[in-house]
Amino acid sequence: MSNKDSIQKTFIVALLLCIVCSVIVSTAAVLLKPAQIANKSKDFKINILKAGGLYDAGVAEGKSINDMFESVSSKLVDLDTGEYSEAVDVETYDQRKASKDPALSDDLSGADDLAKISRREKYSVVYLVNDGDDVKKVILPIKGYGLWSTLYGFISLESDLTTVSGLTFYEHAETPGLGGEVDNPRWKGLWTGKKVYDDENNVGLTVIKGKVDAGTPGSEYKVDGLSGATLTSKGVDNLIKFWMGNMGYSKFLNNLKSGEA
Amino acid sequence: MNIKELLFKPLFQDNPIALQILGICSALAVTSSLKVTLVMCLAVTVVTAFSNLFVSLVRNHAPSSIRIIVQMTIIASLVIVVDQILKAVAYETSKQLSVFVGLIITNCIVMGRAEAFAMKNKPLPSLLDGIGNGLGYSIILVILAVIRELFGSGKLLGYEILPLATEGGWYVSNGMLLLPPSAFFIIGFIIWAIRTVKIDQVEETEFKIAPNTQAKEAH
Repeated sequence: MSNKDSIQKTFIVALLLCIVCSVIVSTAAVLLKPAQIANKSKDFKINILKAGGLYDAGVAEGKSINDMFESVSSKLVDLDTGEYSEAVDVETYDQRKASKDPALSDDLSGADDLAKISRREKYSVVYLVNDGDDVKKVILPIKGYGLWSTLYGFISLESDLTTVSGLTFYEHAETPGLGGEVDNPRWKGLWTGKKVYDDENNVGLTVIKGKVDAGTPGSEYKVDGLSGATLTSKGVDNLIKFWMGNMGYSKFLNNLKSGEA
Repeated sequence: MNIKELLFKPLFQDNPIALQILGICSALAVTSSLKVTLVMCLAVTVVTAFSNLFVSLVRNHAPSSIRIIVQMTIIASLVIVVDQILKAVAYETSKQLSVFVGLIITNCIVMGRAEAFAMKNKPLPSLLDGIGNGLGYSIILVILAVIRELFGSGKLLGYEILPLATEGGWYVSNGMLLLPPSAFFIIGFIIWAIRTVKIDQVEETEFKIAPNTQAKEAH
């Protein structure tokens, strides 16, 4: 047995290697963290702007993301009462974390849990695009389970609070090319102009299987399903129903409509 | 072996994908768009090159009982560093690559070259061998990505080349090319083409199919 194969040498080599490698890995992680966080928050803002239809216009004018974001104000909404709340500071509020925190979220029972998210946070951040004193657009964070993963995104509504102005998903792990087509700009474009609430103020908007026939009555409530992605389409359908319904933003939107939020 | 041979032999003569049939899974997964593929190729080439270099540097000290673990630790650390860098400088692309950057750790090319070449050779030739094999992997991936993106979505690097029928053009896209199995077929065709030109790559048949048995008369 040569010297390098002795037990002692084996341990020393293993230990040294682990120390050197862990130093390299942690240095890289620590040094690059600020850039990664900046990227993430930039991506988050871009998605809010895209859902609100402000991104492309802003880029055309050559504005920076932060400048574009100035026209957007973020507010905290208590989902149970549908009123603005200042229980938590909106700047530091981490909605993702809150949805897992028992103090800041509620358990959902099976029947209520349409979007399969198991817990719903008590407070949600909403983004308002104001034109003077009037609300021009409302951008609402939405999430729900698709086939493999939770889809996180935004839906934005026009000032009548029922017409969809845009929809985006910024994080998901659906099958690329099938369920992953929720990112497809053409599909996302189909949502623009659709109506969320029907005459009785129920959520009418739904993702159907196949193509919507534009001429038929009720087509303004229907969006084409993604072909080859039945379960992802179903997931999107469910999460819209959940977040636009009574457990979601419907109370807030009603309050906003009557000016009492 | 000279520099030229180390760098260019893996391109066609000894291609890791086409001859050694290694690294197929990521070749199927990331090649539906050229931009993502180029980033992936760069990542794999960097990892193969440096893992070869570092493994070769420690080759005389690594006890043979834990040599595979030593290689894996080096490769895994490099992959994490590459993943972190991508998240910091190319966030969009790294989002599209998702798990596949992390999965470079399990790419057989990296480990295969570390074990087969770097453990037996000096650092510099090992580095070159790593770069060469990374390029060999890259050339197949780029071919796949060009075919898949061009005929699958009518674009190259996001620029429209063939106007799609669904957007008012004339080209009806081949949806299957966007799905991973299509890469399998294309790799098959590439291997066929290379072996038609380089007959020495054709493996000897392991068994012979017997001729059809003749039905004998029953009486």
